Amino acid sequence: MSDLLRRLLFLPPAASQHARDVDSLHFFVVITTMLAGLAIFGTALAFMIRYRRRGEDDRTPEIQPRHWHEALFIGVPLAFFLVWFAIGYPQFVESTRAPPGAMDVFVMGKQWMWKFAYPGGPSSLDELRVPAGRPVRLLITSRDVIHSFFVPDLRLKQDALPGRYTETWFQADAPGRHQIFCAEYCGLSHSGMLAELVVMKPEEFDAWIALQRRGLARAQDAAAVPGDLLAAGSSLVEQGRNVAAVQGCLKCHSIDGSRHIGPTWRDLYRRRERLSTGAVVTADEAYLTRSMMDPAAEIVDGYQNVMPTYQGKLTPPEVAAVVEFIKSLKTPAVRAGPSEGPVYESTPGR
Amino acid sequence: MSPLPAGDPPVYAARNYLNTPATGLRSWLTTLDHKRIGVMFLVATLVAFALGGVFALLIRIELLTPGPTIMDAMTYNRIFTLHGVVMIFLFMIPAIPSGFGNFLLPIMLGARDVAFPRLNLLSFYLYLAGAAIALWGMIHGGADTGWTFYTPYSTTTTTKVVPILLGAFVVGFSSILTGLNFIVTTHTLRAPGITWSKLPLFVWSIYATSVIQILATPVLGMTLLLVAIEHAFGWGIFDPARGGDPVLFQHFFWFYSHPAVYIMILPAMAVMSEVVCAFSRKNIFGYKAVAYSSLGIAFVGFFTWGHHLFTSGQSPYDAGVFGVLTMFVGIFTAIKIFNWVATLYRGSISFKTPFLYFLGFLFFLFFGGMTGVALATVSLDVHWQDTYFVVAHFHFIMVGSTIMAFLAALHYWWPKLTGRLYSERWGLVGAVLIISGFVFTFLPQFLLGNEGMPRRYFAYPARYQALNVASSAGASVLAIGFSVVLVYLLVALRHGPVAGSNPWGSRGYEWETSSPPPLENFEVVPAFERGPHEYHDLPAAAPGAGEGRHA
Amino acid sequence: MHSAVAHHFESLEKQAEAQRLGMWLFLATEILLFTALFAAYGVYRFLYTAAFSEASRGLETWLGGVNTLILVTSSFTVAMGLDAATRGRTRRTAGLLGLSILLGAVFLALKAFEYHHHFAHGELPGRYYTGPIAGSGGALFFTLYFLITGLHAIHVLIGMTVLAVVAVRCWRGAYDAEYHVPVELAGLYWHLVDLIWIFVFPLVYLI
Ligand code: HEA
Ligand code: HEA
Ligand code: HEC
Ligand code: CUA
Ligand SMILES: [Cu+2]
Repeated sequence: MSDLLRRLLFLPPAASQHARDVDSLHFFVVITTMLAGLAIFGTALAFMIRYRRRGEDDRTPEIQPRHWHEALFIGVPLAFFLVWFAIGYPQFVESTRAPPGAMDVFVMGKQWMWKFAYPGGPSSLDELRVPAGRPVRLLITSRDVIHSFFVPDLRLKQDALPGRYTETWFQADAPGRHQIFCAEYCGLSHSGMLAELVVMKPEEFDAWIALQRRGLARAQDAAAVPGDLLAAGSSLVEQGRNVAAVQGCLKCHSIDGSRHIGPTWRDLYRRRERLSTGAVVTADEAYLTRSMMDPAAEIVDGYQNVMPTYQGKLTPPEVAAVVEFIKSLKTPAVRAGPSEGPVYESTPGR
Repeated sequence: MSPLPAGDPPVYAARNYLNTPATGLRSWLTTLDHKRIGVMFLVATLVAFALGGVFALLIRIELLTPGPTIMDAMTYNRIFTLHGVVMIFLFMIPAIPSGFGNFLLPIMLGARDVAFPRLNLLSFYLYLAGAAIALWGMIHGGADTGWTFYTPYSTTTTTKVVPILLGAFVVGFSSILTGLNFIVTTHTLRAPGITWSKLPLFVWSIYATSVIQILATPVLGMTLLLVAIEHAFGWGIFDPARGGDPVLFQHFFWFYSHPAVYIMILPAMAVMSEVVCAFSRKNIFGYKAVAYSSLGIAFVGFFTWGHHLFTSGQSPYDAGVFGVLTMFVGIFTAIKIFNWVATLYRGSISFKTPFLYFLGFLFFLFFGGMTGVALATVSLDVHWQDTYFVVAHFHFIMVGSTIMAFLAALHYWWPKLTGRLYSERWGLVGAVLIISGFVFTFLPQFLLGNEGMPRRYFAYPARYQALNVASSAGASVLAIGFSVVLVYLLVALRHGPVAGSNPWGSRGYEWETSSPPPLENFEVVPAFERGPHEYHDLPAAAPGAGEGRHA
Repeated sequence: MHSAVAHHFESLEKQAEAQRLGMWLFLATEILLFTALFAAYGVYRFLYTAAFSEASRGLETWLGGVNTLILVTSSFTVAMGLDAATRGRTRRTAGLLGLSILLGAVFLALKAFEYHHHFAHGELPGRYYTGPIAGSGGALFFTLYFLITGLHAIHVLIGMTVLAVVAVRCWRGAYDAEYHVPVELAGLYWHLVDLIWIFVFPLVYLI
């Protein structure tokens, strides 16, 4: 029954108990509205048929309401409205108060991406991983303008305000993927500010977060011992990130889309880049490699020629790793399906 | 079926406001006659509506496909902002009060003019000035903030927000002056016999609207000015980077803008109370209830603004208070709906074009209103806030009900304004097109909102496409409908049959004078013994035969 | 009928009643205009209590006090002017209104002196603030200070203009004992300007 109604109303699947509760209220509201509508318009229709004008000299009596009419007009809808409210308000209050022991995740909105940070350091971009069946509290803020963290499948939304923390919480039922939107208008790419909620089996989540923490620790160790950057076992992308961190690329290049001393690496791969000479090149692997080896040869329009050459400072495997890393930095396009590989930032605190 | 009852052939009033004292452009632009000012407002707001409508069509075309269709994201963001700003500040708020209100209110009171005719003309020019400033801003790039101008985005964007804000600020003063004028007129210029309990319901509602206009608009004016100052000079009033509080802006904005939505619906209710009586030839059921509920809306409407901030991090306590108060404001509308329906009981209902719009109005107001109350249940709002559900809610009410009322008014008072009748058959075609186009456009948007599509989205995931296409298809039907109406009304202006003073057999006071009315509204100061909504004592002859009874 | 009655009014009294009502409504909108600023002031005062009281203590309270006295006196002279007008002594009214305008000018002069003082100490709004108070509180205080007192000063200027117009017309004998509504309305406006200051003074200078 409720599944049928959900489909009729185009509601997305409900991924938490709270979502199902809200849906029940939704159904109740829709049904009462339809019944009231039926009553009102049915009556109006009956009147219109029965009392249609039959002749130009129709006469009508004067009819005045009794007090009980007006009492009914006020009382009936008010009673319904208050019942709706009496159901909805406690649901809302509950959704604002996280149960004790909930896992905290820090959420930061930023034009135009979501950054999630877990206690103990690891953080990720545009992908929020949580364990199924455990309460998760979100502490939400914004770096620039107002955004709004919105997961339709959880019937959950909370604004991200600059300079303040807001909070909300949820407990997802089962493993799965759910779209995250930005629901408060925040400028140019408001509709591209998408992210994904990945609900994992609790054991898998624990393993994943442990791995993240270890990766973090390793990156910190690695920073102290150059030469061991291409640690075996980690992915090429991961290695590229370490190289970039250690070689100081990230002092000048951002990976979040913001302009720094150098152009951002986000979405750089296959971007059409205008050079100071006016020529336009496509940033493929060859161009990226050239940029590292002989930066002065091609200067991106609007930037200074300040980048040092890395000829001889980077080994070919390291260059390949950095290129792979740059290729991985894609803003997810608007899409309905599951995301491609996630992008983790395991080098916090810079 | 002839729209006219048998009887004397109707006459076109030879001496009327359209040709006295003169007909030149100059005599219009310098007129102090409330009727001419009303007509000028109508024309100006219709132009604004067409502009806003073009923006709306561009939005709908862009949303036909999930990715970019005909424009880029920046253009889209500007277009929906301008659509909202133009429709709300330049069309909806002034259309019925300043247009029809100006024309009708003094006549319905048996007065010769509004209390301050010069102020009235000033109000029109302020409107034009504000519109011109805003237009200048639009030509030079427009703004991309949404009509809500939320800080800190609005104070940091590089688009031309300042002229748009200043334009809205100036138009606000036009609205204040008009409201002030109407209140004073209603208090001091009623003809003998028109006591408060015999005031036409149109006047009651416009009066309530005016109260909101003068109480809420100054706060908005100040708020918009603060945003403009902040944008221009960086004084840090709402900017969190300088210690300001961006949510404070939202409180200020909605303190005005929630009452403002009632500025948009009360005049619609004003029109409909008149129309339902005239076309069911029945006294209004529960005059007092309908009249006082307008005041109730005006009053309680000031305490519900927080329902726009349920997800902005206000305390659950605030959310509860605002939620309950919102439930109460819904009751006043319910009272009106029930009373209108009850008015039909034992009436003699004639399905002329204005009545068709009344039916559309009732439908949209009911569903738009009920979805509003559903939004106020807080937990549901969390899901719906800033999705297409909200877009559908307010289009159902603002476009659905208010445009229905606007069109009903245009058709009902067309003979009074122009002295001529439009084609009833084409009227039917237009009404059916517009009402069905309307349902078609916005019903899918409720479903989109349920499904979770956020508003102000230039691009969207492909799973939302089917509903978006349906909505765009509906919008094209709407556009055709409006064009049909435009054409046959323009034709009627020249070639329509002469209407006579009271083609509908209405008992409203304004039908007691000739059509179009003379410069001084009534040849003699009228005295009314009966109420404006009384039909039980219709004279024995066919009602409303052409000869207007010049009291 | 009196020559000042417009065609759509039945009598002079009706017209005067309308004009008075109109003026009161207008004053209500003016108060609401300021209310937005007062509300903002209240909110920020609550958020930055310490900085606001420190900034407020830094103001020259005696200057504000003197200005309050000046405005109250000017209101009094306006009231006397109206009284004279009801007796038909409109020349006297013109003189008294002139005196009120003079007092208004003194008020503005003192205010300008105060502003000058703030400029010299870097006590400017928002990002221009270079005053001694750390954090955003001081800057916000001066943003609101300048907005409120600035808007009030504009109202003083408008009030002075209105009084001047009415005074000139009084001098030329446009009004008499029977018809002097404009004097009354201009007076009402001036009282409003005064009244707003009565709120501003304690709010900004004292607490
Ligand atoms: C003319 C304009 C208009 C009108 C009249 C209304 C009327 C109402 N509105 Fe709406 N609203 C808007 C225009 C309007 N609104 C706009 C423009 C926005 C969005 C702004 C933006 O963000 O851009 C908005 C947004 C909005 C929100 C915020 C949504 C969000 O952003 O999250 C809410 C929440 O409570 C709300 C509620 C209401 C309510 C309760 C009413 C009530 O007044 C409705 C009352 C009517 C009825 C209730 C119907 C009649 C009832 C009966 C006949 C009873 C019968 C029933 C039974 C017997 C059970 N509105
Ligand atoms: C009164 C106000 C009003 C009116 C009438 C309308 C009318 C319409 N609106 Fe709009 N709308 C708003 C107020 C209004 N809107 C507001 C406030 C917003 C929010 C903006 C924001 O987010 O900031 C909004 C947002 C909005 C959106 C959401 C955009 C987004 O969030 O991304 C959409 C999308 O479909 C939309 C569509 C439409 C459509 C199809 C119509 C149609 O009904 C339009 C029909 C009209 C025409 C098609 C005109 C065509 C007629 C002619 C050309 C000739 C006839 C001429 C005469 C009769 C003179 N509107
Ligand atoms: C001192 C600052 C600085 C450092 C350190 C730096 N870069 Fe750059 N980089 C720049 C600037 C400035 C440009 C743009 C001008 C140009 O093309 O030379 C640039 C351009 C590039 C480009 C081309 C980008 C485009 O948009 O076309 C690539 C690829 C690149 N750098 C990679 C690297 C790598 C890899 C490292 C580290 C191993 C690095 N950079 C370190 C400043 C720097
Ligand atoms: Cu971030 Cu919209
Ligand atoms: Cu509201």
